[in-house]
Amino acid sequence: MSEQLHDVRLTVNGTTYQVRVPARRLLSDALRHELGLTGTHVGCEHGVCGACTVLVDGAPMRSCLMLAVSATDHEVTTVEGLTRPDGSLGPVQQAFAECHGLQCGFCTPGFLTTITAGIRDNPSPTHEEARDMIAGNLCRCTGYQNIVKAVERAAALASDPAS
Amino acid sequence: MTTKLMGSRVQRVEDQRFLRGQGRYVDDVGVGPEGDRGMLHAAVLRSPHAHARILDIDVSGVLDVEGVHAVYTYDDLTGPMAEPLPLLIPHPALTHGRTQHALAKDEVNYAGEAIAFVVAEDRYVAEDAVGRIRVDYEVLPPVVGIDAARSADRLVHEDVPGNVGARLEQHVGDAPAAIARAPHRLELDLTVERSASMPMEGRGTVARWDPDLRRLQVWTSTQSSTGVRAAVAVKMGLDLGQVDVITPDVGGGFGVKINHPWPEELLVPMAARALGRTVKFIEDRREHFVSSAHERGQVHHVEVGFDDDGRLLGLDVEFWHDHGAYTPYGLIVPIITSTQLLGPYKPQHYRVVFESLYTNTVIVTPYRGAGRPQGCYTMERTMDAIATYLGKDRADVRAVNFIQPDEFPFDQGLIFQDGRELEYDSGDYPASLEKIKALIGWDEFPAFRAELAAQGRRVGIGLACYVEGTGVGPYEGAHVHVETSGKVKVATGLTTQGQGHATVFAQLVADELGVRLEDVEVVTGDTRRMPYAVGTFASRAAVMSGSAVHLAARRAKEKALRIAADALEADPADLEIVDGVVSVKGSPGSSIDLGTVSVLSNPLRYAFDEASKAATQFSVGDPGRPPVAEGDEPGLEGKDFYSPERATFASGMHAVIVETDPDTAEITILKYAVVHDCGRLINPMIVEGQIHGGVAQGVGGALYERMAYDESGQLLNASFMDFLMPYVTEIPDGIAIDHLETPSPLNPLGIKGAGEAGVIPSAAVFAAAIEDAERADHPGLVVRAMPISPSELFALRRRAAAAGPVQTQEHLS
Repeated sequence: MSEQLHDVRLTVNGTTYQVRVPARRLLSDALRHELGLTGTHVGCEHGVCGACTVLVDGAPMRSCLMLAVSATDHEVTTVEGLTRPDGSLGPVQQAFAECHGLQCGFCTPGFLTTITAGIRDNPSPTHEEARDMIAGNLCRCTGYQNIVKAVERAAALASDPAS
Repeated sequence: MTTKLMGSRVQRVEDQRFLRGQGRYVDDVGVGPEGDRGMLHAAVLRSPHAHARILDIDVSGVLDVEGVHAVYTYDDLTGPMAEPLPLLIPHPALTHGRTQHALAKDEVNYAGEAIAFVVAEDRYVAEDAVGRIRVDYEVLPPVVGIDAARSADRLVHEDVPGNVGARLEQHVGDAPAAIARAPHRLELDLTVERSASMPMEGRGTVARWDPDLRRLQVWTSTQSSTGVRAAVAVKMGLDLGQVDVITPDVGGGFGVKINHPWPEELLVPMAARALGRTVKFIEDRREHFVSSAHERGQVHHVEVGFDDDGRLLGLDVEFWHDHGAYTPYGLIVPIITSTQLLGPYKPQHYRVVFESLYTNTVIVTPYRGAGRPQGCYTMERTMDAIATYLGKDRADVRAVNFIQPDEFPFDQGLIFQDGRELEYDSGDYPASLEKIKALIGWDEFPAFRAELAAQGRRVGIGLACYVEGTGVGPYEGAHVHVETSGKVKVATGLTTQGQGHATVFAQLVADELGVRLEDVEVVTGDTRRMPYAVGTFASRAAVMSGSAVHLAARRAKEKALRIAADALEADPADLEIVDGVVSVKGSPGSSIDLGTVSVLSNPLRYAFDEASKAATQFSVGDPGRPPVAEGDEPGLEGKDFYSPERATFASGMHAVIVETDPDTAEITILKYAVVHDCGRLINPMIVEGQIHGGVAQGVGGALYERMAYDESGQLLNASFMDFLMPYVTEIPDGIAIDHLETPSPLNPLGIKGAGEAGVIPSAAVFAAAIEDAERADHPGLVVRAMPISPSELFALRRRAAAAGPVQTQEHLS
């Protein structure tokens, strides 16, 4: 018995894609395998680690907990969409590079998307707010110290790129 | 003159890829618009039982599933593939070593053991097919936990009496006699539970067989690409030269990926060759919990004799190590516990004996720290118990036992995990103690405690010291190639899983060769580029490959100077290389860039661009000499290996201040401090990152993480919802770090390893601080089992209150 396929229109990082996927295909798998956007990583597939976090209409979403068919007609932003138009690093990415906010890099895309939404909603987080902003994402390498610094640095860079 | 990069906080070059989502991890291989559209995906049927005989496997319903290409069980394995997996590190004491088969043969010995392997169009379909396989089991009673293994009422393997895989004793002097003579004696029983490396990326393997070249290409998320290569070649009956193993970006290792070959690392290549298609297996999180590896589960009994100052006179340690269902990685973890337990101390008379025991649980292989956390916890709890008994300051008791700076090299008289003497090369433990006391505020703590006590708050302080043998052999190598463009390509064979090797090795090459950092590109873990290598474990990458890279760069430099001296008609001793340009010192007009030197190093018959014209036979060379001198080779390259006589010993001390809630027994970390001595630092930013991560894993191991097996051998918390890995909310806000740099005399750069250090003292330091915080209200409370949760601390309080103000677990003699 072959699986029924569904036509889905996915808008990711401003580009619209047509894909045919079974209803059970996770958004994370569709992004990675159908669209080849492998920057989104899958760490647990049960919505706890946050590595697969993307922005759906600007809001952080665990892409392993969303079906691709549910994403039709929504705007999805992945880590690949966080660079500036000229290809240089966006403020959150730049902050991670400056603060050594990553080691193996596997959880990093989920932090970058989460913080991108976080500092958009709260452009000047206090130190406690910076910690809270990343409290739903797991990292096994960094002990979070430099990620918290990167949140604060990203906020500064976003408000003043020359800072 | 260019600033030396060694010791600088150089930003990581690999981050540019990672931050753009352009990392290339194993699950990214073959994906994308230019990907391998024919790639197939595998899923594994795993045992639901901890201990069972397999009576029958019925796969008849599987091939009917549309999209399924193959299903394999043990009966489909032939030749070496049908033999048990390798026992990687044999040891004479491992008298009853056992390893599993790639797919279970007749019986299963842990819940999660691989039984069948399905290959299909995608992972969803492969999992559908796995669900259709029917297995008849005869369920056997399992052995779960160290107590059950020791009692041996049931056996894991029928032919292993007492469930004892190995028993190993080492001793220096006569500890029992020395303890009997000692003026003071104590006994302690100490337990540590299981945890696991738990990298964010699990295991994964991709393989592609090229029928034209008769060559196999394997990508795998490993800590030893050369090890996997050798294992795959042996198991598949291929020549080593027919197998390439490429380690792509690895999403964390922490030890678990040093074990190899995993069943899937063999089954994926086997299926790829049989099916003529690329095959991929990616472990999911539940599989990682039940089919990779755990560590840390040990029970220890200590007897110690000491004098009025707390000086150790004799130390006798017996412990039991739970190695799970099989022993592919030998005795490395308990050997490390038994030797590294000594830390910075010299007990004079020491005896240690361990038994390594089978249980029907997931196998045990090294997890960051690899037996050292248990050893440190055992030794440091003993130090604290001595101090309490004598009424002395815990730091003072440690200080009287330190090996002194003028006693190096110091031979502990034992054999270490690498089969070499446990001889410490260098260190300065008294200096570290002074630093950690200053950093945490040791001497000011009584006042702080009193201040908080006045507010009804309870705080405690803990201190723990460790020594870590790093950079074990046998060797690593490096190859440095200066291209005609002047770009420098560097290859070393060990792998990278987040340590920033592409940056730190580039720093070393830039310094030694005299080139710009941005002109250096480093490749690790690719057997096509460096087929001789060992792997990334035991905090050895910086020491081993760092030294090899440095030596290889020196060779390339020597050659460059020789060729340049000819071209410039100068003495090599008068030349220097700065930013990729060789020039006569003090005469900058007389210079040649390294790219041109590379051109000249390779005499050509054919020109293919402007640069190569300069190297053709009608342009260069002395007609009176052969174009390539005798004993020389074409190309501007350098290759070298580093193979030390023995490990180099890093050290450090951690201290923590915790608060315990008088009512809820909640444990809050107020301050965490680390003094760390890994010799000379290549990149302090990266070393500090390693420490941060180690401390976080240590917090997890001390306060949250445990593998909760029930009595039937089911792992009850095999998900991130139930296995409590720390988020930022559980980790201290700020970790104070101070470095001491005691160079190692064993390698050219004076470096020692740094990767594991952050996690070693955690159980010890938290147990100490929590016990200290409780002392005021519960004088008899002792912490002897880690990790400790608030409810366990609450139970200890009740027990201490019931027992009255005496030591509840120590037997005073």
